[in-house]
Amino acid sequence: MTRTVNKKSQWTHKDLLGLEYLSKEDIELILDTADSFREILDRPIKKVPALRGKTVVNLFYEPSTRTRVSFEIAAKRLSADVINIATETSSVKKGETLNDTGKNIEALKADIIVVRHNCSGAAAMLARHVNISVVNAGDGWHEHPTQGLLDIFTLRKKTGNIKGLNVSIVGDIAHSRVARSNIWGLTKLGANVTVCAPGMLIPPGIENMGIRATEDIGEALSNADAINVLRMQFERDEKGAFPKQMEYFKKFGITDERLEKAKKDIIVMHPGPINRGIEISSKVADGANSVILEQVTNGIAVRMAVLFWLSQAKKGLSK
Amino acid sequence: MKILIKNGIVIDPANKINSAMDILIDQGKISGVEKIINIDVDTVIDAKDKIVMPGIVDMHVHLREPGREDKETIASGTKAAAKGGVTTILAMPNTLPAIDGAEMVDELKNIIGKTANVNVLIAGAITMGRLGSELCDIAALKNHGAIALTDDGSSVDDADIMLKALARAKKDKLVLICHCEDKSLSEKGVVNLGVISTRLGLRGISNESEYKRVERDIGLAEKAGASIHIAHVSCKESVEIIANAKKKGIKVTAETAPHYFSLSEEGLLDYNTNMKINPPLRSKEDVAAIKQALRQGIIDIIASDHAPHTENEKDIEFDYAEYGTIGLETELAVSVTELIHTGLLTWESLVEKMCYGPAKVLGIDKGTLGIGRDADIAIVAPEKEWEVTKECFVSRSNNSAFLGKKLKGAVEHTIYKGNIIYSMKP
Repeated sequence: MTRTVNKKSQWTHKDLLGLEYLSKEDIELILDTADSFREILDRPIKKVPALRGKTVVNLFYEPSTRTRVSFEIAAKRLSADVINIATETSSVKKGETLNDTGKNIEALKADIIVVRHNCSGAAAMLARHVNISVVNAGDGWHEHPTQGLLDIFTLRKKTGNIKGLNVSIVGDIAHSRVARSNIWGLTKLGANVTVCAPGMLIPPGIENMGIRATEDIGEALSNADAINVLRMQFERDEKGAFPKQMEYFKKFGITDERLEKAKKDIIVMHPGPINRGIEISSKVADGANSVILEQVTNGIAVRMAVLFWLSQAKKGLSK
Repeated sequence: MKILIKNGIVIDPANKINSAMDILIDQGKISGVEKIINIDVDTVIDAKDKIVMPGIVDMHVHLREPGREDKETIASGTKAAAKGGVTTILAMPNTLPAIDGAEMVDELKNIIGKTANVNVLIAGAITMGRLGSELCDIAALKNHGAIALTDDGSSVDDADIMLKALARAKKDKLVLICHCEDKSLSEKGVVNLGVISTRLGLRGISNESEYKRVERDIGLAEKAGASIHIAHVSCKESVEIIANAKKKGIKVTAETAPHYFSLSEEGLLDYNTNMKINPPLRSKEDVAAIKQALRQGIIDIIASDHAPHTENEKDIEFDYAEYGTIGLETELAVSVTELIHTGLLTWESLVEKMCYGPAKVLGIDKGTLGIGRDADIAIVAPEKEWEVTKECFVSRSNNSAFLGKKLKGAVEHTIYKGNIIYSMKP
């Protein structure tokens, strides 16, 4: 796990495993760096040489299009070489272990592994076993730190400052790594966070993370400066215990009618992919308050910043 | 061969002894316990400032043989026992195949006879293959040498079968040991359900999955008029249920393991798979309740639940890692550190819980230093500090939840039937 003493404005972590393990200063350093990288994306020639000669391996044990592509574009904008490895989870248990795969990638002289895995804690374990940098691109229900960072980056760009903002996260909190990363990052930067979901999807003791939890969508929206709408992951519903899709939309769906009662300039975010008509109406998703596509673009800048700082990390940093 | 243990502080609650005494061992038996013994012997052990106690009777140990000799064998497990001051072990029957018939008991007895370094007793399964659907031939298990019954690792879900098992165990005078877990409540859980499972994004195991089954099994024991032993108690509600049952006069005994009174779920925050155990390490509140239950005598016994696993099965993704920690070589030191040095228990009550108590439950003539008894003895340096490292284990596995911990209290010598089977390296 990344535990290092952090001097102001200096990156000292070998890995990015979660926002839980970063300081406020670490997060701000990435956001500031992402700010300067963001402009590159609008240039006619979208490439800088910062990571020339470095190799980034995307190691994905779960299907993912947007995160994988976003990391790939981020690495390429920095002139790194990118290799994509997609593996079925089932073969992990039968064949090579994650640790062995990681060590092989290290032996191939890659510099950074970006790993997506269905098991919580998998990225941290991999990071303990290799000396090269590991970026957690989502581990189970645990964390998805670059998503958290890009959500916060987008919010900061829109509002100027995170401190004091009221941010509500709505949806399947229990099974969401996006929720956890947002909670850690936002609370460290001084936002007031509320999570809102049907009771069964609010995990026990979540208030201990320094936030509020409610089952009342009206309450979650009433004073919010921003809301982050999570995708309902019906595929997680092994016991048929979740509310049905239409029922969920009726009770928790983000619609025009609901937004009318919220702050006029409320910012609507979604980590994607969106289920139109289930957690969010098309009108809201495509409406004036939505920043969903900006999030996607900002994601590249944030991931560029992460890859940049990890590639700067001195060799031999404590893991 | 005669051995004289001089000047030690002898702790033997069965004979109400807690004072500086000399102990004479002759022909494998204890032949004298007196203030001062001066006699010519083959070996003298100076035990000044040391605790001299009966060898530990650990009634919850997974030795893995036959079937998983890569994790542990009778030979390696009993060598680990010797290092931990343990001289009697009850071997759990969840081997491959399970100890569910006379032939398996015979095979196990044969291996024990050839390779065991300490006394190994046999627990048979309650149901065939430990699958919970068909009772074993319990009389045959007993006749061939099993002294207890358990499906440990699994609970018997079918209440009717459990009731029949209790009745049979009573008739055949076997100890029935219950692994209490309602799988329909704990299904797929890997850590305690609560703040920590929420932070880690891991599936939780509720207290309910344990105590509901404790409640059911005690109820069935009452109905059958049988005695029952509850294994590895981990949560506060179970403690309450057991306390009430004892008050009602139901014949229930209960055991916990050192990790349940020394470690909490917070140790898991860095996904340490050596702390992935079933039942899981619980909340601090539960840990406190287990400690109080030990002090108040609601929990009668400390046993290790020694559960060896290979590194290949532990150093992997948390969800995929096996459950369990080894414990034979640390159980006394953890107990001394957490219970004696904190003032929670006296030495007499600790010896009661680790030696004499389990011997009584199992109905064996062990756990005391009475004249004429087997000379099974542990000599312990109560203040000696040591650090738990992978290298220190003689067990075939090193999956200890206590790795990196500093403990106070170390076994200096272990004597089994009058032979010194372990001495700490100077």
